[in-house]
Amino acid sequence: MENFDWLLQGFAEAATPMNLLYAAIGVLLGTAVGVLPGIGPAMTVALLLPITYNVSPSAAFIMFAGIFYGGMYGGSTTSILLNTPGESSSVITALEGNKMAKAGRAAQALATAAIGSFVAGAIGTALLAAFAPAVSRFAVTLGAPSYLAIMLFALVAVTAVLGSSKMRGLISLLLGLAIGVVGIDSLTGQPRATFGMPLLSDGIDIVVIAVAVFALGEALWVAAHLRRRPAEVIPVGRPWMGKEDWKRSWKPWLRGTAYGFPFGALPAGGAELPTFLSYITEKKLTKHPEEFGKGAIEGVAGPEAANNASAAGTLVPMLSLGLPTNATAAVMLTAFVSYGIQPGPTLFDKEPLLIWTLIASLFIGNFLLLALNLPLAPLWAKLLRTPRPYLYAGILFFATLGAFAVNLQPLDLVLLLVFGLMGLMMRRFGLPVLPLIIGVILGPRVERQLRQSLQLGGGDWLSLFKEPVAIGTYIVMALLLLAPLVLRLMHRSEESLLIVEDDTDQKQKAGKL
Amino acid sequence: MSTDVNVTESTDIRERPDYAQYLVCAVMVAVGAFLIYDGTSMPGGYAEVDPVGPRFFPITIAVALLVMAVILAIAIPRGSKGEADAGEDIDPDMPSDWRTVGLLVGAFVLLIVLVVPLGWVIASGLFFAACATILGSKHYVRNVAIGAALALASFYAFYSGLGIPLPAGILDGIL
Repeated sequence: MENFDWLLQGFAEAATPMNLLYAAIGVLLGTAVGVLPGIGPAMTVALLLPITYNVSPSAAFIMFAGIFYGGMYGGSTTSILLNTPGESSSVITALEGNKMAKAGRAAQALATAAIGSFVAGAIGTALLAAFAPAVSRFAVTLGAPSYLAIMLFALVAVTAVLGSSKMRGLISLLLGLAIGVVGIDSLTGQPRATFGMPLLSDGIDIVVIAVAVFALGEALWVAAHLRRRPAEVIPVGRPWMGKEDWKRSWKPWLRGTAYGFPFGALPAGGAELPTFLSYITEKKLTKHPEEFGKGAIEGVAGPEAANNASAAGTLVPMLSLGLPTNATAAVMLTAFVSYGIQPGPTLFDKEPLLIWTLIASLFIGNFLLLALNLPLAPLWAKLLRTPRPYLYAGILFFATLGAFAVNLQPLDLVLLLVFGLMGLMMRRFGLPVLPLIIGVILGPRVERQLRQSLQLGGGDWLSLFKEPVAIGTYIVMALLLLAPLVLRLMHRSEESLLIVEDDTDQKQKAGKL
Repeated sequence: MSTDVNVTESTDIRERPDYAQYLVCAVMVAVGAFLIYDGTSMPGGYAEVDPVGPRFFPITIAVALLVMAVILAIAIPRGSKGEADAGEDIDPDMPSDWRTVGLLVGAFVLLIVLVVPLGWVIASGLFFAACATILGSKHYVRNVAIGAALALASFYAFYSGLGIPLPAGILDGIL
């Protein structure tokens, strides 16, 4: 029951008027950026990192939690009303959701997405509260070699499993690791790759890299291909659902949650696979098969729940192991670092109140989302009509503000431009962004862990393979890398599994992922 | 075996290989070569506290980067292509408009040069107006007005709200 006490304390801390205000700001901001094209929750948290200098850790994380969940919800609004999903995790929602909106059922689609997100978020957060402390207790007992193995596993999983091209994932990861080398070596004090500049000896600020790659890279890439006329937005009133809609939605919500959370909690999870699995499950189980492809409510309810549950799941490895597996979690992790809090398995022991406040604020943020989003949906739909020149000029403005405010040095703006151009290059050539960010964050930690393990093992490389957990992790890693090969031999091509619809239009969209 | 056949088929039937990807190779070679140069030119005499030392990790990354650059360089003429990013506002059928990108980068360089002498408010306000104009907004007065409002609001929000003094530049004393 000890954890439950902590959770209650977390609620007490999170429910002060000031912190509730931060939660509300976070939720509104998160939904807004989720709705707006071009910016997402990861970038928003990155832009807000300067607040960590002047705001208490709990207030900052309460706000970040709101942005995290709000961004998920906002993304579904865009896919339903615009049919152009901003993130790969809301692609499946667009399949049925936009068809519903075109058939005049936008209100019901938004309602089932909002309530499904709430249900999945609540269950997912409860599971997080139940599992994360246990995982962390187990992880504390692990030695350096095992922890090294788990970190390598996260790197391999993010690089090889997510994204379409393993080669390009690996290239991104290596570039990220190279950026992580810059600065003073932690064990010997040797400056590395600093070009002799003392300003670089602390390494390149992760805020600058995150803002450059997410915000600047995206804005420049869109600028090169800006649509002449923004796409059609379907107008919508207040979301609501009839009795029949409730009846058809509640089972998909629960099944979607069951798919989403475990996938999110695995380092190789992501939200694409569970939303897809949820969609095909609902398609099989439905009593209205004729509606699928024309706007079936089950096809919105299930995947949306899976999406949110997987978001909650990704917080398990982040809080219990210090391993980020999606972009927003990665940026939140850097916020821990800028507060001088070392992320890792000891987090629950060292900062129990902060962590439980964060978990409590996830519950609160989730509830606020439901309360705010149902009445505010028409406003969000209007936000989609923001003139694009102002939207992207604004993104560029806030990107420079966020990067410049970190140290007030023009050098950071130069770095911002350099890495922004790199972000542009990555988007042009289809190099995934996530492995790069994970590489920058985990690279230095992997190196330190490796060298400390070797130190303890007296320089013997075999000492890395002596702990059972380490051996097990390496075996799973090998299986993960070999599985697609075996699958390909059996099925010819794994891509054929991913084509959802026989409609050519949707086939093309699946290809664009 | 089957993958080989697919690759050659697709190059024959579909479009030419994407040779611009050699840019990625060039970046990888540059980064890799720099890391190797930096690693080997590192002065010795650091404390030998661990078995591998500070050179091992960067040089491993560098070698991996060079190897991947070679693999990519072989894969490009055989038709390997990255999927360019899609998004809400991206019109995939339009040819890339590099002029806009170039102008935006130019505005950014101006901001870097001017932010300290002119101060944040003037430099960033002009930066916003310039970006909006480059991106196609024809309401010039409104562009400048929004830029000025954003610049002033951010200056005071960071100054009084977060305690971060953005440079005031030539407006020092007025703001």
